[in-house]
Amino acid sequence: MELFVQSVISGVLLGGLYAAIGVGLSLVFGIMGLTNIAHGSFMILGSFFVMVFSRQLAGSIVLALAVTLAVMAAVGALTQGALINRVLDKGAEPALLVTFGIAIVVQNILQLIFGADFKSISSPFASVNVVSTKWVVISGEYLVNFLISAALIFILHFIIRKTWLGRSIRAASGNVTAAELMGVNTKRTYIYAMCLALVSGSVGGMLVGQTFGFYSYSGMSYLIIAFGVVVIGGMGSIVGTLIGGVILGVAQLLGAYFFGPGMQIFIGYLTLLVILTLKPRGLLSSMVRK
Amino acid sequence: MDANALMAIDGLSAHYGDFQALYDVSMRFPKGKIISIIGSNGAGKSTLLNSVMGIVKPSAGKVCFAGKDVTGKRTSAIVANGITMSPEGSSVFEDMSVHENLLMGAYLPEARKRKDSLLARAYEIFPALKEKEKQLATFLSGGQRQMLAIGRALMSDPKLLICDEISLGLAPVVVGDIYSRILDVNESGVTVVLVEQEVKRSLEYSDYGYVLVKGRVVMEGETKDLSEEEVKEAYFGTGKYA
Repeated sequence: MELFVQSVISGVLLGGLYAAIGVGLSLVFGIMGLTNIAHGSFMILGSFFVMVFSRQLAGSIVLALAVTLAVMAAVGALTQGALINRVLDKGAEPALLVTFGIAIVVQNILQLIFGADFKSISSPFASVNVVSTKWVVISGEYLVNFLISAALIFILHFIIRKTWLGRSIRAASGNVTAAELMGVNTKRTYIYAMCLALVSGSVGGMLVGQTFGFYSYSGMSYLIIAFGVVVIGGMGSIVGTLIGGVILGVAQLLGAYFFGPGMQIFIGYLTLLVILTLKPRGLLSSMVRK
Repeated sequence: MDANALMAIDGLSAHYGDFQALYDVSMRFPKGKIISIIGSNGAGKSTLLNSVMGIVKPSAGKVCFAGKDVTGKRTSAIVANGITMSPEGSSVFEDMSVHENLLMGAYLPEARKRKDSLLARAYEIFPALKEKEKQLATFLSGGQRQMLAIGRALMSDPKLLICDEISLGLAPVVVGDIYSRILDVNESGVTVVLVEQEVKRSLEYSDYGYVLVKGRVVMEGETKDLSEEEVKEAYFGTGKYA
């Protein structure tokens, strides 16, 4: 029984982190109908930036993250403005291939510079347990991951729902021509959206860098988690990614509890399959893209 | 018509692949007037508007607004000059509330600064929208959607308002109501272009009319000089237009 409760709690906390991994992918899909294959690689690029900057900036993880977010926003603007925007008019497939190419390039550049060694970012909460009773243990690191991710989702939700930028993003995702008729330059809106996606992805990158570690090619395995989260939650829904993340996290850890640790990943994706069968568009799908 | 009209369209042609949809269309929209463009389905009305608004790139010709060449510019850049269009089928933002739809109309910086007074004006022109303020646009009736599309267009405080097929699929009493609102808008100084299939009402409400058939202007003139019979003959290609 203790282990069951523990699995659920850990699953929820892990799910928060999964949401941070997936939300950028969901955002880009919801807004421009693009499946960004490079999402995971950009996330890991963020992990490397945080690692390098925190060494340069006297170990301050907060400063390192701040600099990383600024750099990644610039990377996002460049990627969207110079590459993806050029092919997006020609349909979803050419843009998808471009992101696939970007993923390969990013991975190889990282390997060239950092090699294929496993890295990690030190966390100030790594070995602190917030709650430690006979029944449950809540690790400080997982709790902080969850809180940061939840804050990230909340901020993104606020931006999309309540700001001029957010309204223009929703307008462009609903109807490009009508948005242009309002004076919204939709190509520029896409650039802002990609910046938001990479900034949120980098937060996820920092958190996985602290919790699981990473190397130059980790992006693809995190991309698969992101897919799972986004497909469960509903492509394009911000709040949906939090729900999707929690469902996937709890499913994985309960799978491990009932069937053994070897079944963790399998049960996670089995749950994904069941939800897809019952609700093919995901649980929530708030941004309209038909 | 005077050469320094608010909008001047000269020799505009447009193609979809090999198919030519517009042939050498020239029009003048004088400041402060209501101009109607009448034509049946497939006459090229939408292509004309889409070419003017930069949604379709014209293959030849020139569009000038307030003396500035805007031919083939990006739609959002054209809109920034003070032109706005209420699109056909009143395509509103479905997953946004009425209030948010109107706010989108005031997206550009100049309008954004005055969004509160513009919002008050839009609700004054269309009180029905005020009642539905918080509702998602997707739940509105056809007439309310049309009002929202026009209200949203007015939120940019335009110099030129283009309305594409207001009467499409609406009850006559609703259309009459919307038309009388547009007269009010025009009286406040906005130049209005009405694009319609319906001959009678278009002639009744506008100062100057163009008849578009198969991508060409076949008739134009002050509406007081145009007879409904003659416009219909041109429209349907009967009588001396056969």
